[in-house]
Amino acid sequence: MDEKELKRIRIAKRIAQEFPDGAVVNLGIGMPTLVADHIPPGKTILLHSENGFIGLGPRPEKGKEDKDIVNAGGAPVSIVKGGCFFDSAMSFSIIRGGHLDYTVLGALEVDEEGNLANYMIPGKMVPGMGGAMDLVAGAKNVVISMEHVNKNGAPKILKKCTLPLTAKGEVDLIVTELAFIRVTKKGLVLEEIAEDTTVEEVLKNTEAKLTVAGNLRRF
Amino acid sequence: MKQIKTAAQAVEAVKDGSSIMIGGFMVCGHPFTLVDEVLKKGLKDLTLITNDAGFPEKGIGKLIVSGQTKCLIVSHIGLNPVAGQKMHSGEMEVQLVPQGTLAERIRAKGAGLGGILTPTGAGTEVEKGKQKFNLNGKDYILENPIGADFAFIKATIADKNGNCFVAKSAKNFNLVMAMAADCVIAEAEKIVEPGELDPELVTVPGVFVNALVSAQINDRSF
Repeated sequence: MDEKELKRIRIAKRIAQEFPDGAVVNLGIGMPTLVADHIPPGKTILLHSENGFIGLGPRPEKGKEDKDIVNAGGAPVSIVKGGCFFDSAMSFSIIRGGHLDYTVLGALEVDEEGNLANYMIPGKMVPGMGGAMDLVAGAKNVVISMEHVNKNGAPKILKKCTLPLTAKGEVDLIVTELAFIRVTKKGLVLEEIAEDTTVEEVLKNTEAKLTVAGNLRRF
Repeated sequence: MKQIKTAAQAVEAVKDGSSIMIGGFMVCGHPFTLVDEVLKKGLKDLTLITNDAGFPEKGIGKLIVSGQTKCLIVSHIGLNPVAGQKMHSGEMEVQLVPQGTLAERIRAKGAGLGGILTPTGAGTEVEKGKQKFNLNGKDYILENPIGADFAFIKATIADKNGNCFVAKSAKNFNLVMAMAADCVIAEAEKIVEPGELDPELVTVPGVFVNALVSAQINDRSF
């Protein structure tokens, strides 16, 4: 397994530990989807799929796909026992109304005030926000799953986001391959660092001000 | 009883400049037959209201590639690069709307509401040009209802009174769109007599539906 994949798994494993048993969780397409594979034994979570169901299950084997069961990326998936289907207005009432416990999404940038930019780069990448703005505005807990720096090695955790915002002040947790950071009213708190890094390395790769927790832990 | 039409008859009144809501989410629950029929008409200046731009070679994506669409009101165009190109070149206007806001604006029209107040998009570019309200310490933006001349929806089973059962995650936008257009055409995989569809299983009440068409294309290759 390459280094990039190992980083992603580490992030997914750490986020998976956050959910209480029975939590209803929406996982964004891409890296956040990996979280589903790392839920600790003995715990069950229910995955919400914004196109219209709770109880998202794995992709069926080839030939067993159901054209009427897809995930928010349009890929074939399944529904677990005890799941339920609904239409888009209901799906987003669940999201916006605060009935979704967690949403896990990627980010281009996130900042000290919990602002998130993850849906466009003007002039370059303008795919539309899909359900991201509703998810971030509505979910009880917003968790960002991302690599600590961008592909040029520049920090993604900034003093202030420079790209157009997906939502203002809604992020609760930022989990990267290096750090577990909580967004508080007083700013960003570095609560945990990865087992193979140092506080200095985390600070060097972060533009935002980080307060190091008194009881800093490792993950 | 609702009229059962051929796809060609059903889209006869669709003209240059018409606005059409089209159900589906990444072509799941998408009325392929009706969309292909409009494509054949070679219209221009259509306004399409739909969740996403689909794929270039499938369903609604083809109406974008063919240049018949002047304005697209959607939440996502990421899997149809042609939509992005036409947006950047100015050939097609694209209004990007958060998915939940899109669903609720359409529902508002169908439910007779004057608009909705939503926290989604507050503090972002989405709030530009819109009225903002601070209620109980939280920011909301006023979003207008969206209606259309036509809605094409997809049903798994429709009875001849227009009641539709839409299976599983194919429901998506099909319910709200049926509420919000002047003329609603349901493309059904199966059309049955009144009484043959269990009233407990109705997703879209027949009161919203004007005409039925038998689905000729149900393919959804993965």
